[in-house]
Amino acid sequence: MVELSVILLSLILLLALTFLRRKSPPPTLRPIPALTRLYRAIGLSVEDGSRLHVSLGRGGLLSGRGGASLAGLAMLRYLTERTSASDKPPVATAGDPALAVLTQDTLKAGYEAANAEDLYQPTTGRLSGPTPFSFAAGAMPVVRDENVSANVLMGDFGPEIALVTEAAERSDVPTLGGTDDLPAQAVLYAAAQEPLIGEELFAAGAYLGAGPSHAASLIVQDILRWALILFLLGGAALKMLGVI
Amino acid sequence: MKYVSAFFAIAFGLLVLAGYFVPVLEPLQALLISWAGILLAVASLIGVFNLITVHGEKIRSREKNSGYSSLLLVSLVLTFLLGLALGPSHPVMQGVVESIILPVEASLMAILSVTLLYAAIRLLRRRVDVMSVVFLLTVLAVLAWSLALPPYGELALFGNTLRPWLTQVLALGGARGILIGVALGALTTGLRILLAFDRPYGGK
Repeated sequence: MVELSVILLSLILLLALTFLRRKSPPPTLRPIPALTRLYRAIGLSVEDGSRLHVSLGRGGLLSGRGGASLAGLAMLRYLTERTSASDKPPVATAGDPALAVLTQDTLKAGYEAANAEDLYQPTTGRLSGPTPFSFAAGAMPVVRDENVSANVLMGDFGPEIALVTEAAERSDVPTLGGTDDLPAQAVLYAAAQEPLIGEELFAAGAYLGAGPSHAASLIVQDILRWALILFLLGGAALKMLGVI
Repeated sequence: MKYVSAFFAIAFGLLVLAGYFVPVLEPLQALLISWAGILLAVASLIGVFNLITVHGEKIRSREKNSGYSSLLLVSLVLTFLLGLALGPSHPVMQGVVESIILPVEASLMAILSVTLLYAAIRLLRRRVDVMSVVFLLTVLAVLAWSLALPPYGELALFGNTLRPWLTQVLALGGARGILIGVALGALTTGLRILLAFDRPYGGK
């Protein structure tokens, strides 16, 4: 019953805040260096005719890891719309077949939204490999050989993502990375130029101006986080007092 | 079309979600998830065709390192034909897995360990800040305190007290905090898709 209450509360808050924020100016957010750098990478990609590589990992959509993949898809959609006019379209890799199909669909939708349907190439959305290491091995040549100016890794990865960041490092390509997997987060913290920590992965849309629902999401997350903190502190206090 | 796909996505998403809380809807939820499983299997086939198209295009346009693409396609076709002819449990197919795929993945794992070490060394060159220093010192401390030094064995104070405190109190607390943040982010992302604010299933 607690789960249902949390979901319903989040749903109501998200709907209400999205509606209220429709005509409000964008909220003031703390700076995240990784996303500031991504802004610059988007501009650079359009200007110098290079491309962005977006990797969505291998999180199956029927598993609990699907959330990070969906956040990556939202980022892919945003980046496709912004860079569709450049000479080299963004290229996306995934390690799950269903995610690869969604990647192609998202790329196509991004081109349509930018009124550039003719520029869409189906081969820019790829299944790089169906197992963790084959996924990494398939993504490495994309970073190395396809004139990539920035590497955006957002989704569910394992420690094997270090192989992709190493390929990027050798090609002097900056990497921005965020994941929901704890060991992979530690790896990205050490290996990526711009790591996203924890929920920053899900906040990217709000920072890049993807719409009022993304800004509302951040507020809902903050409300729930404060509620959890108060709940934990209250529980600890009651335990200390011997009430529970 | 945009509204039709959004309608179906929202309706089926809500039904699957409701199945977790309303016992009457559990059979319907199981049915929908099994349909999704079938679709995922079809997606695997599409994924293989995608792999063939991408690498075929690389060979056709004679891109850099397209020799690897040729090797991949030849291996894929051979393995596929062998699998069809012999079945996946045939000793030859087991041999392909155990003699080629597993050693290759094990080699990549070995490369990964060196890559991680190299990344850790490079971290301070790339980002010199307090958190990077704390990160590296913590890694070194946990590694060093896990060692059993001959002839003393594990050092009592470090191995029995400091390392468990560092990994089970400080690091675990931080990990739980990160996981709570990730869970809240995943929850709101899922709800945005359920409400069709984000539509990864296409449409403008």
